[in-house]
Amino acid sequence: MRARAYTMVVALIVIWIYFQWRTVSDLYPYGLFLHPVNFANLLKQMAVTGVLAVGMLFVIVARQIDLSVGSLVGLAGGIAAMTQGWGLVPSLAAALVVGTAVGALQGALAAYANIPSFIVTLGGLLTWRGVILYLTKGETIPVRLPIFRLLGVALLTPASGVVLAVIAIAAIIWTGVRRNPWRSAVLSLLIVVFIVMMNSQGGVPLPVIILIAVALLGHFLTQHTVFGRYLYAIGSNPEAARLSGINSQRYILGAFALLGVLVGVASILHTGRVGSASPDAGTLMELDAIAACVIGGTSLMGGRGKVSGAILGALVMASLDNGMSLLSVESATQYIIKGAVLVAAVGFDMAGRKRA
Amino acid sequence: MPSLLEMRGITKRFPGVLALDHVSFDLRSGEVHAIVGENGAGKSTLMNILGGVYPSGTYDGEIAIDGEVQQFHGVRAAEDAGIAVVHQELSLIPEFSIADNIFLGREPRRLGVIDHDAIHTRARLFLEDLQLALDPHVPVENLGIGQQHLVEIAKALSRNARILVLDEPTAALTETESEILFGILERLRAAGAGIIYISHKLAEVFRIANRVTVLRDGRCVSTDPATDLTAPALIARMVGREVPSFGAQWRGGSLAADIVFEAKNVTVTDAVDNVTLSVHRGEILGMAGLLGAGRSELLMAIFGAHPARTAGGFSVDGKEIPIRQPSDAIKAGIAFVTEERKRFGLFLDHSVMMNLTLAAIRNIDDEAAVAQHAVDDMHIKTLSLDADVATLSGGNQQKVVLGKWLLTKPKVLLLDEPTRGIDVGAKQEIYTEIARLAAEGMAIVLVSSELPEVLGLSDRVLVLHEGRVTGEFDRVDATAEAVMACAMGHARRMTA
Repeated sequence: MRARAYTMVVALIVIWIYFQWRTVSDLYPYGLFLHPVNFANLLKQMAVTGVLAVGMLFVIVARQIDLSVGSLVGLAGGIAAMTQGWGLVPSLAAALVVGTAVGALQGALAAYANIPSFIVTLGGLLTWRGVILYLTKGETIPVRLPIFRLLGVALLTPASGVVLAVIAIAAIIWTGVRRNPWRSAVLSLLIVVFIVMMNSQGGVPLPVIILIAVALLGHFLTQHTVFGRYLYAIGSNPEAARLSGINSQRYILGAFALLGVLVGVASILHTGRVGSASPDAGTLMELDAIAACVIGGTSLMGGRGKVSGAILGALVMASLDNGMSLLSVESATQYIIKGAVLVAAVGFDMAGRKRA
Repeated sequence: MPSLLEMRGITKRFPGVLALDHVSFDLRSGEVHAIVGENGAGKSTLMNILGGVYPSGTYDGEIAIDGEVQQFHGVRAAEDAGIAVVHQELSLIPEFSIADNIFLGREPRRLGVIDHDAIHTRARLFLEDLQLALDPHVPVENLGIGQQHLVEIAKALSRNARILVLDEPTAALTETESEILFGILERLRAAGAGIIYISHKLAEVFRIANRVTVLRDGRCVSTDPATDLTAPALIARMVGREVPSFGAQWRGGSLAADIVFEAKNVTVTDAVDNVTLSVHRGEILGMAGLLGAGRSELLMAIFGAHPARTAGGFSVDGKEIPIRQPSDAIKAGIAFVTEERKRFGLFLDHSVMMNLTLAAIRNIDDEAAVAQHAVDDMHIKTLSLDADVATLSGGNQQKVVLGKWLLTKPKVLLLDEPTRGIDVGAKQEIYTEIARLAAEGMAIVLVSSELPEVLGLSDRVLVLHEGRVTGEFDRVDATAEAVMACAMGHARRMTA
């Protein structure tokens, strides 16, 4: 398990070094890829996928799948944009409510009506895209509320970034230094590097802060709550879980609803960042989220996978996207490379598992 | 004349473990050679080497058939050399018919298209040959688990094996089905085949084996003709120490009068017919019956886990409890150690700790401390609390399942085949644990297909036949013959 996580980190570093080397130019003698401005951009792009991947992890761990995520991002974001006239809070709340309600509905159909979640959400993929096309009559709606827009692009002031970093490092030292001093040291160092880098280009992007908060919440839920424990049990052996007194249906519904909430969050970030809600917003995002989970070591057979892995997976996907765009790789080639990386990552994973 | 099979100086290492240490073994044609030993003694490893699962080169030593040294690079090579291994786990495809399963991978073809008629005709002849009264058209999923095992054995035999390896073949068989198997083995032996028979059931070993080899900790302890051996001597060699037999588990003292658990008129469609039972404080109620008698279904129904339950009322400590799902039963203080631990009991790719604490997690504060306590208490052998439960031996896995349920602090403990497929030493530990729990006042229902186990441990024995109670015995009256008669359907007048 641990060896796999390190393999993933090494792969990520290799990818970064490669892009850094290939983006060396007269203007950027040390490479453009890891330049603070570009890296902040990369992280902003990753925030949406990352939030979705954390939500997707809950569902996949319970041996389910959600293919409707991309369409739902479009629907929730579109509804938020359409309801801007009600004011900021109601409009954002509308996105969250739509995400949660649809997630819960699909979860209920999968858990209680015994329709495989693949089918329920494949239907959802079509249905919700249709609904948003109908509601917007195919037109793109601009974001007019300034704060809505800022949610997707704002930067924290450097001072508050430093404060957050200090709090984070204090928390790491307080909780983990005795058990694993090396890990605490490395993590603290990474945070310092991160803050210095982000502050040098103006501050930490707000979406990245939201992603970190979502990831921490996801980590807590999966590793430290009964809810998370039961999801792993249900995914690992549904029959044994039922006989252990776990009401699987309720927890599966819960996982889908939670994913729905996070889809709402992601739709707000995405709409804010793009500055408008188009009816085809979010297309294929479900596949990025699933790919991030799988690259990060999550098993589609359920019972196995961690939030840290999903975040790492999202970072790999975002790095490939960003790096290839910098190198002006054709979009055709980009698709092929991303597809190959996904399959190869799982291939290595399976080969490693067989030997273990 | 050379032996049919000779394995010489077999040594197999796994990272950190010497699984087999210069083991030599031979098999003559026309004999049943039993291998006994605790789990982890190296029996399965030895058979995996013979079956080509561990290819030639990954171990030291040599294998000779009819005096000729063989090198198996895979399972197929071993099969081609006439070796058929029947593993404990079924390798059947549930949706396929018996015939399709038997010929899986070697389907007779005509013009490149599967010849279904040939498959069924040949399967029918073959089943008749084995004197198995099974219709080759029937999908395997419609068979009972015991019959599925017989099909698995038939599948292995259909490859014209001269060397047949059976790993715990009767674990899932009823007495009748076991008899059918012994008949088949008898005919194969007469026809000159060599049979390697791995079993924990010593009575069977003594009944059919010509010679017995004992393995312990990867070494060959002894090989002797079965007629020179006794069961206690054999057990002592397996564990390296004397183990008291079941009888010693009988507990002194009299039963408390108060009834802890009652189940009334439990009915499950096509499985259990209007069964009523009660268990007293500190009582072990044994439940005997052939496979398919409805014992597991009854326990499932009591636990609220059987979808086809149509009737049944339950009470704990005199209070009526509606049990609609397992969580209701758990709340009422009922725990259920299910059969087939890998399928129904364990989360194999998760840690020992996660498996231990799952059912009681809501009432646990310091998970690691509670889990460690359970591991120490039950003598569970594991590298750490974080080790995957799949890495444990069968006996230790079973202790994890039992430990998981004891953490829910139950008043009533339902046990379904709690010692199936585990070694003698671990069995004895489980027996001791069951006796201790009863002595502490727990009400226990014990289902087991091993009659001596039921008779040795129970205070009272209930016999089921085709979903109905056909007999009830006090400990003193429960003889193997009387219980077996009821299990075959001869109803007995109820005592008390």
